[in-house]
Amino acid sequence: MTSSTETEHHAYRVETIDRVVIRFAGDSGDGMQVTGDRFTNESAIFGNDLSTLPNFPAEIRAPAGTLAGVSAFQVHISDHDILTPGDAPNVLVAMNPAALRANVDDLAVGGTVLVNSDAFDERSLDKAGYSTNPLVDGSLGKFRVYEVPMTTLTLEACKPTGAKVRDAERSKNFFALGLVSWLYQRPVDTTLSWIAQRYGKLPIVVEANTLAFRAGYNFGETAELFESAYEVHAAAHEPGIYTNITGNTALAWGLVAAAQLGKVPLFLGSYPITPASDILHELSKHKNFGVRTLQAEDEIAGIGAALGASFGGALGVTTTSGPGLDLKAETIGLAVSLELPLIIVDIQRGGPSTGLPTKTEQSDLLHAMYGRHGEAPVPVIAASTPSQCFDAAIEAARIALKYRTPVILLSDGYLANGSEPWKLPDVGTLPDISTTFASAPNATADDGTPIFHPYLRDAETLARPWAIPGTAGLEHRIGGLEKADGSGSVSYDPANHERMVRLRAAKVAGIARDIPPIEVDDAAGGAELLVLGWGSTYGAIAAAVRRVRALGHKVARAHLWHVNPFPSNLGSVLASYPRVLIPEVNLGQLAKLVRAEFLVDAASLSKVEGTPFRVGDVEQAIFAQLGVVVADGERASAPVAAHAGEEES
Amino acid sequence: MADAAVPVTTRKDWSSDQDVRWCPGCGDYSILAAVQLALPELGVRRENTVFISGIGCAARFPYYMNTYGMHSIHGRAPAIATGLAVTRPDLEVWVVTGDGDALSIGGNHLIHVLRRNVKLRILLFNNQIYGLTKGQYSPTSEVGKVTKSTPFGSLDTPFNPVSLALGAEATFVARTHDMDRKHMMETFSRAHQHNGTAFVEVYQNCNVFNDGAFEQITSRATRDEMLIPLEHGRAIRFGADAERGVVMDAQGRLSLVNVADVGEDALLVHDEQRENPDLAFALSRLSRGPFEPTPIGVFRAVERPDYGSKMAAQVLEAQARKGPGDLAGLLKSGTTWTAG
Repeated sequence: MTSSTETEHHAYRVETIDRVVIRFAGDSGDGMQVTGDRFTNESAIFGNDLSTLPNFPAEIRAPAGTLAGVSAFQVHISDHDILTPGDAPNVLVAMNPAALRANVDDLAVGGTVLVNSDAFDERSLDKAGYSTNPLVDGSLGKFRVYEVPMTTLTLEACKPTGAKVRDAERSKNFFALGLVSWLYQRPVDTTLSWIAQRYGKLPIVVEANTLAFRAGYNFGETAELFESAYEVHAAAHEPGIYTNITGNTALAWGLVAAAQLGKVPLFLGSYPITPASDILHELSKHKNFGVRTLQAEDEIAGIGAALGASFGGALGVTTTSGPGLDLKAETIGLAVSLELPLIIVDIQRGGPSTGLPTKTEQSDLLHAMYGRHGEAPVPVIAASTPSQCFDAAIEAARIALKYRTPVILLSDGYLANGSEPWKLPDVGTLPDISTTFASAPNATADDGTPIFHPYLRDAETLARPWAIPGTAGLEHRIGGLEKADGSGSVSYDPANHERMVRLRAAKVAGIARDIPPIEVDDAAGGAELLVLGWGSTYGAIAAAVRRVRALGHKVARAHLWHVNPFPSNLGSVLASYPRVLIPEVNLGQLAKLVRAEFLVDAASLSKVEGTPFRVGDVEQAIFAQLGVVVADGERASAPVAAHAGEEES
Repeated sequence: MADAAVPVTTRKDWSSDQDVRWCPGCGDYSILAAVQLALPELGVRRENTVFISGIGCAARFPYYMNTYGMHSIHGRAPAIATGLAVTRPDLEVWVVTGDGDALSIGGNHLIHVLRRNVKLRILLFNNQIYGLTKGQYSPTSEVGKVTKSTPFGSLDTPFNPVSLALGAEATFVARTHDMDRKHMMETFSRAHQHNGTAFVEVYQNCNVFNDGAFEQITSRATRDEMLIPLEHGRAIRFGADAERGVVMDAQGRLSLVNVADVGEDALLVHDEQRENPDLAFALSRLSRGPFEPTPIGVFRAVERPDYGSKMAAQVLEAQARKGPGDLAGLLKSGTTWTAG
């Protein structure tokens, strides 16, 4: 629960709150992502726990002032462990009428609205579709609205720079950042030094942004517009060194780490696609790690080049999103047949077709599982939080290298762009995932000559030897035609085909022996309901379970990060609960797999709005499963006053 | 490139134990023989040699070579070979493809590998027909081609593979044909010596679905009159007694002449090293098809750093500037803070 205390060591009142959810919203060109990112960094360094949710349009610059062009960044900061970016913002910063209109319905009742009142002219109101001005028509009555002429104040502040009005106006996001930084008593030094570094080549921009930021901060302190400022104390983090990290950066770093741990060079073949491109961008910076990146001519060439690199002894990786995964399907099938290591990273987004390029979805699961012709089993791993993308990349590489198989690694738009504090691992404790290349013949010809059979399998893993070009005596040919078991020669023999199909399936299924059992969070025991999740629903499910338990109900929770094969204990875990609920940002794809595999009557909670689950969505579904009727006052997710809300407990 | 320590080999060493399964009489047999005879002379090791193919009759080629090899998927061999060549510059990587594989389903990969100048030797077996799918027209088939899929004649204007490669910024472009083993071996040797993508079109007879497509120009009886050998630094002439030749007018247009009519000094001198591809392109347009005198040999051979070398140089430069990768340092490269 929130404990609000007051301190009087400032000229103004400062209340202590345990958490707050802030959403910055403006035009695509207003710099809201930068603003949100800076506020996040200030908070991370201050020591809060946090979680972020950027939300931007697919268009680079949709018409200014329209709903289509609104870009937003939500950040949840707290003095305790949190798991999601928050269901409903407590504070909405709206830089124009469109930003207000697009976001205000999400705001918690009693929440704070900070608007740039300069932007509320007739034309802008009209563009946003307002027939009357919401600042005066009473429609915002359930919120605390602060009207701040941010453009005017920014221009005034920037006058000493001599910048043109048009240029100076662009600093208004830093005014907003300064104001919110005061309101939540953030340290300012990191942002000031960041401005100096980021815009260092343009001194006039550094000066304007700095002046605007300070003006915003000082405005909060002196304008007597606000009854109080708020502070959110640092969270009690485990001792260690932390950084704030997005899923895409963590995944890229995980791939760099995996190549080092696997003692193989990393090669990325990739074609730019939202929301996966940042992995290509990040990896292309790290050539000093021996990383080679190829921006290929298309998705197919990206994976083709990666597979070619793997044939030569590299860790071949390709990164993409849904439409690209469609195009890569044939090459993934070839990799299944060649039995070579390969990682396919799919940052899922709304589909079908081009769908919602910048919005999140978990709807490629069945595609990853089955989206190939023929019997073409592929291990599938799903990352569950932004920082866990690092571990997921290493695990994908471990399986790919050890079992000589393509592995599909699923992330999504929410994990890719969302961020959280990450306790840096001690690199010395990361696993050794190195493998060995074949170096000697492994069979004997009829005439007694030592020869090499590329499909003679390891008895335990069923993996075939990886003999790379350059190794004398092991010359061999592989391809997409069916191969004779052992020798690898082309074979159309029916019995051999059946054997090979079953061997490839058994190899992938056998990985279940080499992955940890699924952990069940059911500390109290005796729960009637298991909530099973996979991928990015982790935070919302865990937070919802906490809330339900806080109200005295028993509920168990488990999360999959190996989706194929399933952990070997999944069947018995599912069988031990009378009811199973599976929340997914799709129409029930894991539910379908679980029902088919285990004959379990799992219930599906679906949502496909391009956004992650709210904790309240999952909480309500849990109550529905438990048959619990919750009175409005009792339900933790019931609308509450700003700063007194409890997204998670 | 010759390495004194490379063991002496013969064709037999380069032949795998697999039965060759092309149709009897197929032109692919003579190309395979030429490659297997050329390789022992190139000073390369079997274990460092890789053949990568896509899909089609030609794509079975790697199975018959006692080297490393991959028979991949339709059209994608240049992309797959790119990944191998840029990560393993020590290897000798050959791509074997056909007119459907390289110019239809794989057209995009072909043009991009050429502009990048990846160190690959690409042999395009052009038989102007789809063989493995039993006789549909291909991107190099002549207009009006009657096949199973075009009973009223094909409508598409064909590609000229040499023109296409030149337009795609290729640094080495050559043409040879399956009826002349010596010329093939010389051309493959030149391709091997090239530092970058070497593109070789090989006119190849499909005796089942498109028999005689090149007979008018490649048969022993007509060859002298119908093939125009290109030799760097030499006047372009042909004919049994070299009585015919090529001249270029002031507008850069080429035409065939009788040497006796214009004099030897008027003949066009071939320059495969000319930076501007205009001359090579004009030569590629000299013949409208394999029924007119057609140039063979090396159209263009210019130096440009290969893609893999440039990629390796960036890695070395980054390592010189930032030191070898330090994982712990990478993880701390953003803003960090300490708790506890």
